[in-house]
Amino acid sequence: MSGLAPGAGRAALGSIFLASLRQRRMATLLSLVAIALGVALGLAVQLIQSSALDEFGRGMRRLAGEADLQVLGSRGGFDDTLYLTLAQMPEVEAASPVLEIEARLPGHESNLRVLGIDLFRVAQVQPALLPQVRAERDNARDRLAALRPDAIFLSPAARVALRTEDGELLRVQSGLEEAGLQVAGSIAAAGVGERFAVMDLGAAQQLFGRIGTLTRIDLRLAPGVERREAEARIAARLPPGVAALAPEDSAAQSAGLSRAYRVNLAMLAAIALLTGAFLVFSTQLLSVVRRRQEFALLRALGLDRRVLLRGLLAEGAFVGLVGGVLGVVLGYGLTALAFRVVGADLGAGYFRGVSPELRFQPLVSFAYLMLGVVAGVAGAALPAREATRIAPARALHAGDEMEILQARPRTAAALGCLMLAGLACLLPPWQGVPVAGYAAVAFLLAAAVLLLPGATRWAMGGLAGRRGVLAELAQARLVAAPGQVVVAGAGVVASVALAVSMAIMVHSFRLSVDDWLRTMLPADLYLRASSSAASGHFDAPSVARVAAVAGVAAVREIRFETLRLSARHPPVTLIARPLSGGAGLPLVEPGDFPRDGLTDRPPVWVSEAMADLFALGPGDFLKLPLGGLAHEFRVAGVWRDYARQHGAVALELEDYRRLSGDGRSNDLAVEFVAGADPARISTAIAALFEPGRIELASPGEIRALSLAIFDRTFFITWLMEAVAILIGLFGIATTFAALSISRTKEFGMLRHLGMVRSQIGRLLAHEGALTAAIGVALGCVAGGAVALVLIRVINRQSFHWSMDVAIPVGLIAGFAGLLVVLAALAARASGAAAMRGSAVQAVREDW
Amino acid sequence: MRGYGSRWPGVLRIVTLALWCCAPLGDTANARAQGTQAGAGAIFPPVVEGRALAFPADTGAHPDFRTEWWYATGWLADDEGGERGFQVTFFRVRTGIGEDNPSRFAPRQLILAHAALADPAEGRLLHAERSARALEPLAGAGTGRTDARIDDWTLKLETGGADGTDRYRTRVRADAFAFDLELAAHSAPILNGRAGYSQKAPDPVNASYYYSRPQLAVTGEIELRGTRRAVRGHAWLDHEWSSELMPAGAQGWDWIGINLHDGGALMAFRMRDAAGQALWAGGTLGVETGEARILTPEEVRFQPARHWRSARTGAEYPIAWQLEIAGRQFELRALMDDQELDSRGSTGAVYWEGAVRLFEHGREVGQGYLEMTGYADRLRM
Repeated sequence: MSGLAPGAGRAALGSIFLASLRQRRMATLLSLVAIALGVALGLAVQLIQSSALDEFGRGMRRLAGEADLQVLGSRGGFDDTLYLTLAQMPEVEAASPVLEIEARLPGHESNLRVLGIDLFRVAQVQPALLPQVRAERDNARDRLAALRPDAIFLSPAARVALRTEDGELLRVQSGLEEAGLQVAGSIAAAGVGERFAVMDLGAAQQLFGRIGTLTRIDLRLAPGVERREAEARIAARLPPGVAALAPEDSAAQSAGLSRAYRVNLAMLAAIALLTGAFLVFSTQLLSVVRRRQEFALLRALGLDRRVLLRGLLAEGAFVGLVGGVLGVVLGYGLTALAFRVVGADLGAGYFRGVSPELRFQPLVSFAYLMLGVVAGVAGAALPAREATRIAPARALHAGDEMEILQARPRTAAALGCLMLAGLACLLPPWQGVPVAGYAAVAFLLAAAVLLLPGATRWAMGGLAGRRGVLAELAQARLVAAPGQVVVAGAGVVASVALAVSMAIMVHSFRLSVDDWLRTMLPADLYLRASSSAASGHFDAPSVARVAAVAGVAAVREIRFETLRLSARHPPVTLIARPLSGGAGLPLVEPGDFPRDGLTDRPPVWVSEAMADLFALGPGDFLKLPLGGLAHEFRVAGVWRDYARQHGAVALELEDYRRLSGDGRSNDLAVEFVAGADPARISTAIAALFEPGRIELASPGEIRALSLAIFDRTFFITWLMEAVAILIGLFGIATTFAALSISRTKEFGMLRHLGMVRSQIGRLLAHEGALTAAIGVALGCVAGGAVALVLIRVINRQSFHWSMDVAIPVGLIAGFAGLLVVLAALAARASGAAAMRGSAVQAVREDW
Repeated sequence: MRGYGSRWPGVLRIVTLALWCCAPLGDTANARAQGTQAGAGAIFPPVVEGRALAFPADTGAHPDFRTEWWYATGWLADDEGGERGFQVTFFRVRTGIGEDNPSRFAPRQLILAHAALADPAEGRLLHAERSARALEPLAGAGTGRTDARIDDWTLKLETGGADGTDRYRTRVRADAFAFDLELAAHSAPILNGRAGYSQKAPDPVNASYYYSRPQLAVTGEIELRGTRRAVRGHAWLDHEWSSELMPAGAQGWDWIGINLHDGGALMAFRMRDAAGQALWAGGTLGVETGEARILTPEEVRFQPARHWRSARTGAEYPIAWQLEIAGRQFELRALMDDQELDSRGSTGAVYWEGAVRLFEHGREVGQGYLEMTGYADRLRM
């Protein structure tokens, strides 16, 4: 025999290998779906985030125009004489002052970003902000329109969002008053999807009660000036709380906020892809087992070992390729759907006012397609190597296929993985991303899978002495071939571990958020003039009016502001309200610090994020820029804050008022006298204000709303978890289906020994249930460990918040039981095909 | 009729167009309508006859009035004999907007500036403009003394020299050119019209306060495409402020301000209607002793002699003229043909404003500036 010609290799590829995929359609389809899902989710997350980030970054660049530096303060702004100082510096070629306002629009849900500009200066630095005056009758134009105090100019996207045409009146709220502005034209150079408006700076200062205040100065440096020196000289002129940043830095600071969230989503996609690779692995392994004699024969006929290897890899690659193509298509579909339904930030609220467009990104798409192929090839690699190792002569004999299912316990490797996981938990984050934490999760999963053979042997030992032929047979089978458990169970372990860990984490998180909301919202009713950033606010007379309503026991004011503490960090949130010495805050570290001689410094309480980002703890001193001056405070405690990832600092309202001179408040917390009728008081308070100027909410409503937002944020997490579980179950089903076919002879023998088909079915159900039970049990333990890593390492490092661990026992127990039952049913169902033939035929297949 | 008109419509257009970015040129009627609207709600003091102008106090700004400008033109010669024209104008506009607004950014007063350099070697006018809201110390026009500035562009009267000479200093820096010049006045200002009260139309409500400073001696330096040159020459400065606009009907005008070699000065203009006919004309002929003869409309006649068409705008300008002034025959020739100021890309104004020589009997008798407006094609949509 001369052996198969090299050219025959290609023919063999089609007829022998890829054709085999067609024979096991179900298994191939499932692998394909898993890979497609992994690719689709990964790609969708990438596309959504990059589109949103690109659009966000482009918008910021366009608004920055030709600015070399942006002088930024807090939202509250800074004294506008700084503009005069900077504009006269020889290093500065042109300076453009901006007052940015989040204008509350009565009757509209969203606020409008209004930029008060000096149009003459904007022309020198950011021409994209130049307003274009609309033509009036006979094309006459009011040449002074852009300076008129009642004129506002809308970007095309804002015009669409507000459904407001040129010449129409736009009502904006300032404090509790309302003013009508005329839409006098547009900002044609604004980017697609950018919602903002511009008006004259002087008019904006007057209208919004911000005389003497700017929030930004955009600078163009004089040509030939050494940039770093100029920056240093400019920085030296800035008051506390004001920083000069290159526009790209301020864009990066904004984008950095969402990075941890993006990484988390990408990790979920990676898990889906890994599951796909695992499915390819399990189906390929069993397919190789089944075709063992076929390959032995081919090898005996002269098929080259490498052709065999290549063929088997090609099977995996083919599945990966088709899955990848499907995944890319699905990914774009998902992205388009997500843009329409939940918005560009997957419901997490990072990119407000940005409506990106879906664009085809060839490079990214190709990369994800290749990831699919890699997953397919990686899954097929190990089984392919196994297949090429076998000696043709031995494999041609019957009964040999059991060998591959032998799996030795790898306790040492498992312990090694556990130790690595422990070590990884101790490492700090890398650029704000908990890389080591994710590695710890991977090590934990690997350890769980490696422990599976040992655990099987141990569990079966524990079951010894149980009565019943079927139980003993099932048990014996699993003890003899723990590899079967590994193949079928590894998927279960991994998916259960992930599902359980997510369940624990989200459950803990939700309970902690609920507790936190209760602590943060102790009053009976809340009044809000506008969201914290926007232009509505209460003043002293309006507070007095609320306090005078019958049934109102107390009114406490709350002021929100932002503070820029350094050029490297985005601004932190300032919350000023009566705190009664920190009692009203969800403290995690009470301020037990030595009260040495410096207790005259007023106290502040920092959020966990702020404690992490600025390396602060109780007893530390902290300077806050209030009213244009830096004031020293003492950190009296650390509190838990789930709302402000970039950090928040709370201080007593009277300290804030005294030092800043700012007497406004955003929210009022109203307490009722005992036994008062809440509905009546709410109505009486609402009647004090013009309709639409304020919002009233009970703490219950705010909690419900907050938790709804929470659930929306975790919606995608739940979705991906469901997919992972489904894939784990599919894994059990395919494994048993394939195994049953290879065990046809065994079943034939058992039937000769007197077993009926239903008994064999029950045997399979037993085996399935035992396999799943071991996998689920190990998965639950591993899941608990992973949950701890998620809570204590990954969440803490990504978002800087802690939470109390709470285990949803009922949910997990029900889920585990359901999974075991489903596995038994899947195993039973998948064995049916193997028992269809007659017992005689089944046994005669033996040579 | 003794009063005489001036460049009202054009100035208004320049002022208002500067506020209207990236928009096509509108027509004079619109500009006028909008100008009136700009004044709604603000009380602008009227220009009345009989108010004596006091110097140097009246060289400063009059912020209560609606519009005001300081307009300096002249001829410069360098050491190599090269001749160039220069022009710098600062406008002040009271908008009537934000008068009750305590914000320092309230656009109550706007300052606008145009500058140009005419160099025959360039073949066309180099020009630049600036505009800003008045905001001390960055931009503004001070009272009591001429002191107009936008950033590093300035025009300032620095009086108090030992010889009692009034010295103006102007500095301008643009991409292609820059100049830093001192303009010294050795004689008192010439009051145009009736003691500085300059009537614009039959209705005495349309009037301005207006004086001129001809025969200013110029020293300083210019920078052209990176090369600095010391220059000397002579200049002319106009200062005019008012609240009410001219009546409708004017399409454009032709205006000259010439320093005569004999030490005298000639200012003449004619206002054109849509058909190109003279609606009004007038001028002032000053002699070295400082006495001025006010020219009646009948004493001023403009006759186009040669035309030049701008390839940029399609406008056709008469760039050589036959002038009949008080019975004398003059000939006017441009330093170079293309002195069109086309700023449609920014402020939108298109006019011809350039250095000219004045001839009498074939002999050059003076040098100065010619301004022609209303020749450009108007975009009507």
